[in-house]
Amino acid sequence: MTYNVQIKVMPLKDLLDPQGKAILGGLNNLGINTIQDVRVGKHITLQIDAASEEEARKAADEASKKLLANPVMEFYEIEFVN
Amino acid sequence: MKFGVVVFPGSNCDRDMRDALQNDLNKEVIMLWHKDKDLSMFSTDDCIILPGGFSYGDYLRCGAIARFSPMMQSVIDFANRGGKVLGVCNGFQILCESGLLPGVLLQNANQQFICKNVHISNGNGKAYKIPVAHGEGRYYADEKTLDELEANGQVIFRYTHEDGTVDEIYNPNGAIRSIAGIKNKAGNVFGMMPHPERATSEELSNLDGREIFRILGLN
Repeated sequence: MTYNVQIKVMPLKDLLDPQGKAILGGLNNLGINTIQDVRVGKHITLQIDAASEEEARKAADEASKKLLANPVMEFYEIEFVN
Repeated sequence: MKFGVVVFPGSNCDRDMRDALQNDLNKEVIMLWHKDKDLSMFSTDDCIILPGGFSYGDYLRCGAIARFSPMMQSVIDFANRGGKVLGVCNGFQILCESGLLPGVLLQNANQQFICKNVHISNGNGKAYKIPVAHGEGRYYADEKTLDELEANGQVIFRYTHEDGTVDEIYNPNGAIRSIAGIKNKAGNVFGMMPHPERATSEELSNLDGREIFRILGLN
């Protein structure tokens, strides 16, 4: 079975995110002043062939840990969409 | 001592590095294609250099994809056997991504690509004027790792005033503890953001890069 998996990769909460800060500045310039903070991450979609959801999760977890996210600077969350 | 310079798709300081080593420091240089993996012409007294640039378009994260290239598998093996490896700029990012050096290089704190001369020092009271050119040069590691680096003398260069004084105002990119370059615990793998190869030619009126190669034991 093919599983559609989405990986959310975000900078660690303690780290300064300059991209987010720049976007926040742009939003304020637009006059949208209710937004307090912006942080930018990555959204990665995977199609995984696996016998079970558990197996697919294992593959997604390994991919995230070894390549898609760098644990020194990022954390990730795995979500199944089908 | 012989030098190998790895050429990744997107490397753009590889020829600067070759010219500096060959023409200015009179070294033998062999260019190494990322798809090859033969390092049999090198002994562990030699040095492999990962040059600056934008390997694999900086896709995913700077250096993240380069680490899987065939040549990098040989370079990692070479480093683990005690061979000398120097990564400059993107090369430093690749060394961190491949686990040969601890930590990571984050986007500059001021959100800008920084291209200018800065001063760095190895703590000997002297500062060297060396160019930086990077968008992701903000060195970061957790406190425990940083304390270990300091305790083992692995922080080789910090951003400083031209008199060698360390202060946050001389730190161009927000690097933690003003770190510009580190080495591994064994002392054979070096990574630094500034470009010493851009300061070795008399025609460029700055020879401080030669001092950097000397400090690293490569000249």
